[in-house]
Amino acid sequence: MMEQPLFQHNKAGRCVTFNEYRDEGGFSALEKALKDLSPEQVQQAVIDSGLRGRGGAGFSTGKKWSFVPRDLPGPRWLICNCDEMEPGTYKDRVLLEANPYSLIEGMILSSYAIGVRHAFIFIRRGYEEAAANLERGISECLKAGLLGENILGSGFSCDIDVHSSAGRYICGEETAMINALEGKRANPRPRPPFPAVKGLWDGPTVVNNVESLANVPYIIGKGPEWFKGLARTPEGAGTKLFCISGHVVKRSCVELPLGMPLGEIIEETCGGMRPGSSFKACLPGGASTPYFTAEHWNIPMDFDPVAQAGSRLGTGGIVVFDQDTCMVAATLNLIRFFARESCGWCTPCREGLPYVRHILENIEAGNGSEEHIDILQQHVTLLNYSFCALAPGAMGPVQGLLQHFMDELREHITKRRCPLNKDAKTHH
Amino acid sequence: MVPDQLKKALEQRVKASVTPREAAVAVMKELQRHYGWLTDEAVSEAAQILGLTSLQIEELATFYEMIYRRPVGKRVIHVCDSISCWAMGGESLLEKLAAQLGMRVGETTGDGMFTLLPCCCLGNCGDSPTMMIGDNIYGCLTLEKTLEILQQEMQMQIDKET
Repeated sequence: MMEQPLFQHNKAGRCVTFNEYRDEGGFSALEKALKDLSPEQVQQAVIDSGLRGRGGAGFSTGKKWSFVPRDLPGPRWLICNCDEMEPGTYKDRVLLEANPYSLIEGMILSSYAIGVRHAFIFIRRGYEEAAANLERGISECLKAGLLGENILGSGFSCDIDVHSSAGRYICGEETAMINALEGKRANPRPRPPFPAVKGLWDGPTVVNNVESLANVPYIIGKGPEWFKGLARTPEGAGTKLFCISGHVVKRSCVELPLGMPLGEIIEETCGGMRPGSSFKACLPGGASTPYFTAEHWNIPMDFDPVAQAGSRLGTGGIVVFDQDTCMVAATLNLIRFFARESCGWCTPCREGLPYVRHILENIEAGNGSEEHIDILQQHVTLLNYSFCALAPGAMGPVQGLLQHFMDELREHITKRRCPLNKDAKTHH
Repeated sequence: MVPDQLKKALEQRVKASVTPREAAVAVMKELQRHYGWLTDEAVSEAAQILGLTSLQIEELATFYEMIYRRPVGKRVIHVCDSISCWAMGGESLLEKLAAQLGMRVGETTGDGMFTLLPCCCLGNCGDSPTMMIGDNIYGCLTLEKTLEILQQEMQMQIDKET
């Protein structure tokens, strides 16, 4: 039986209670750390564990913490990024609806490691049940002396506040999130200075994903070597919450070893493709990742193998498409999303994405020309000059379309109609 | 005008924040809950409570998808139009729903009950197509199921008012 640290406390159809979590060993990592470990030791354990950020970028969580200068005066801050708005991604919601305590314990441990007195959970609109679980969990922890002043008599104090947002994709970008939390319009900030040096209210700030932080208690409790052993790839570490949607039999969020091959996830965990469907392509890690096709069936779903195969593990949100899906139309849907969600701060993103959308709309409607392919190709490069990662991410699927579905794209142009949409009219 | 009790609660929320401005979104959301949408009056009240200018509130209000700066129906239907829902027929659901309600997407029904809006991924992709009405998320939608839900939502609204 494979281990599932993040889902081990889950109860069927309801949220685990505080007492159940504690009886099953919850908060023992926090007790151990506050009694026996220095903040540096906690940080080192997380570095040694090989935990990489689960929000999309895949940067080492412990190393991110280590960039916070130890000697700067004034408060430092921790923000948990629960602004899960990447289309195709719902893992943080599933985790928090089942169990808010791993995240809370992980945030207290992380705050201890970084030297944070006041941490925030930035949660998106629509995750009301998750937010209610977190609010309840925080007040239970305060009552039990696990949060607030002088936690468990250790002398360490920490508070956690829930900040509820009002729906905007860009808030998930860490510097935009800092502006949003300060009550400013959520445009990204220039880097440098990096948030670790100058972030929230100009203080050193760490922004980590829900899943990254929720793993910390298990790393501290069972050790970095155990954590590394959870992955299937030699260089990988830990489990991953994969959330699958699209044309498979069983669409669900599952905790699997990092490095399980794509085909195995679809065949064994999702029960294969739905009747009448065969696998054509998928987004391997949310809306901003280049497509995988049948040739990637055996790629281990871990950061490095997915990157070597030309895409990104991203959030672990796998969106599966069958043979009847038009990849131009799918890409158009994605680009419409990104063009709408662009914050408008920088010109390449604000002007470039609507232009790409316009080109794709023309191709899909049977108005495409060979020149359009060149324009798309150029924009994959051009949009790298944008201010933040939104536009380059948005061009991920376009890049995948050009790389894997050139024949389908050309067919739209030569036939002057969408070859997959039965209702489409030929454009003369 | 905002009732005294709500005003006091909001001032309390602002006081509890690290800086008043951190509470800006929370204050806007509460005022919207009270008025149904963020009216011009609510913008000035939010500005006053937060110690900001109306323009600073406006700049925030127009940025967020779930802050309404125009009148909306009593129940706002947000139908997800992102990729997982698109793959499962979300696009045609939105069109069919608009046709059933006898209006275009973005409009409000004649009785002032429902406004229909497309929205960004709701994080319910495993149960797509999906929509949100108020704080309620509904998944695995068909047109029939959606119409049933609208009946229930309407009934809940009527019960609340009487």
